[in-house]
Amino acid sequence: MLDAMTAPVRTDALTKRYGGSAAVDELNLTIEPGEVYGFLGPNAAGKTTTLRMLLGLVTPTSGTARLHGRHLGSRGYLDDVGALVEGPAFYPFLSGRENLRVLARHAGMAAARVAAVLDEVELTERASDKYATYSLGMKQRLGIAAALLKEPTLLILDEPTNGLDPAGMADMRALLRRLGEQGRTVLLSSHLLSEVQQICDRVGVLSRGVLVAERPVGELGAGGRLVLVAEPADAAQARLVAAYGSDRVRRHDDVIELDVDSVAAAAINTDLVGAGIAVSELRWRRPNLEEVFFSLTGESRVAA
Amino acid sequence: MLLPNIRAELAKALRRPANWLLLAIAVTLTLTFAYLIPYAGYAGGTEGPPNSDLGLKSMLPGEFVGNAIGGMPVFVGALAVILGVLVLGTEYSAQTWKTVLSQGPSRGTVFAGKLAAIAVATMVLTLVLVAVSAAASALVAAVEGQPFDWPPLADVAGGIGAGWLVTAMWASFGALLAVVFRGIALPVGLGLVWLLAVQNLLASIAAPLVGWIADLQLGLPGPNAGSLVAALGARADTPGVADAVGGGQAALVVTAYLVAFAVSGGWLLSRSDIT
Ligand SMILES: Nc1ncnc2c1ncn2[C@@H]1O[C@H](COP(=O)(O)OP(=O)(O)O)[C@@H](O)[C@H]1O
Ligand SMILES: [Mg+2]
Repeated sequence: MLDAMTAPVRTDALTKRYGGSAAVDELNLTIEPGEVYGFLGPNAAGKTTTLRMLLGLVTPTSGTARLHGRHLGSRGYLDDVGALVEGPAFYPFLSGRENLRVLARHAGMAAARVAAVLDEVELTERASDKYATYSLGMKQRLGIAAALLKEPTLLILDEPTNGLDPAGMADMRALLRRLGEQGRTVLLSSHLLSEVQQICDRVGVLSRGVLVAERPVGELGAGGRLVLVAEPADAAQARLVAAYGSDRVRRHDDVIELDVDSVAAAAINTDLVGAGIAVSELRWRRPNLEEVFFSLTGESRVAA
Repeated sequence: MLLPNIRAELAKALRRPANWLLLAIAVTLTLTFAYLIPYAGYAGGTEGPPNSDLGLKSMLPGEFVGNAIGGMPVFVGALAVILGVLVLGTEYSAQTWKTVLSQGPSRGTVFAGKLAAIAVATMVLTLVLVAVSAAASALVAAVEGQPFDWPPLADVAGGIGAGWLVTAMWASFGALLAVVFRGIALPVGLGLVWLLAVQNLLASIAAPLVGWIADLQLGLPGPNAGSLVAALGARADTPGVADAVGGGQAALVVTAYLVAFAVSGGWLLSRSDIT
């Protein structure tokens, strides 16, 4: 069991209100050492606001936060914590390396770490170029490098793949997986279900500032569908409705979607073929974020 | 943590091209208005204006301290405001507050580092203006065959101290504006409007008409900066230079403004959300 006093991240009823509405509402979050925790939620769910509060950038309206047992704003609060919040931001008139040197000084670190973190994010070759000339992918990687300066045991990363092209995203995810495998605790926010599925151990789902569910990542499959194309489609649909009930069978033109467990696929195939129905496609479709929300919360619409 | 944070701020200040541009403009303006134009006027008039000897005297080594600091109440002060805005405002415009503060230093430490960088930068600005004014006055003396009568060292030191105080006060005014308005453009604009327009309007139009504005004026930063440099030898015909109050009182008031701007900037920064 986890000692709540020294958990890498621990919040109690953490709340931030803007005007009348709560951007983050009584959030209770506990992240265990070594865990890669996905903080999943659509845009405006309150992910960034939560991370800003954890980092002391934004003052909570109420509630408390502790990192490694240290209270928000106490001395050494951000020791062994590295963070990247809402996109990278550096001095455009400095090179990547100079930016990191300046930040190392702000952190009270030896500049010797700079070369190591540049290597880690594979930016050494372009480290002497002005930050203003970097692509978004390079800027994000420099952001990760800055977060690694203090050799943190806790990394807090806010949508680090946001805005990247597919190749940049794949690179960044590989880097994130590598960082997670080095024994660090990682708090990774994202609005992409597939991303947290690829990278994280456990997922907390945030909707309108409320943590609506927490699951090991393997249990996020609920809400997926078995997709089936068969001929004749009407006969297939009738058989499936008879077997599973009409509310678990959906039909869009020739495509039938079944709300059943993925292991049912083999039995369904045998049954339909045995009845003289030709099955031309039968596959498992992972749930999208909306379906996961539905399966976790019963809310049919993702909060905008 | 303070010392490394001061070094971080100095590294940023040194590498920001705009700071060097500000220094170059301060040097150019000071030389132009204290030496080039007066010299052109002195050398150009064949008849000789009635006060041409006075004009020459103001360009000789004995007067260089006043020339170096004479621009500080207004135009060099305006450049110092921009410097102060840049030191703080860049963190807003480049959104780097979150990047810096995520490294763990307290806001107070970072702010103190920035004040230290402002103190160093305004000292450099003052020393450079004093040095180029001394060089220009030596050149005039050599060309005109006049004696090199340098002022006593104490006067030079006093001028440097006053120049530093005035430019640091204006720079911390800029720093406060940057924290209040969270950026660069608006704080620079408003700072310059205050320095170049409002102060002038108050002094030249409002004060002569309305008694209490005239009294109020005596407590404002501009007239006190002007009185301080006037007490240390700046020529009274320079815009913004006026011996409205005594030098000692002016030094106290300017120092009070410097402290007030710095403290309120730090206070505001410590309690505002970084978004
Ligand atoms: N400074 C602010 N002032 C007012 N509302 C804000 C501010 N910052 C965030 N919000 C609101 O708080 C909610 C959560 O925003 P945010 O934390 O950025 O969400 P996410 O990072 O999940 O997209 C949004 O509705 C947003 O409009
Ligand atoms: Mg966000």
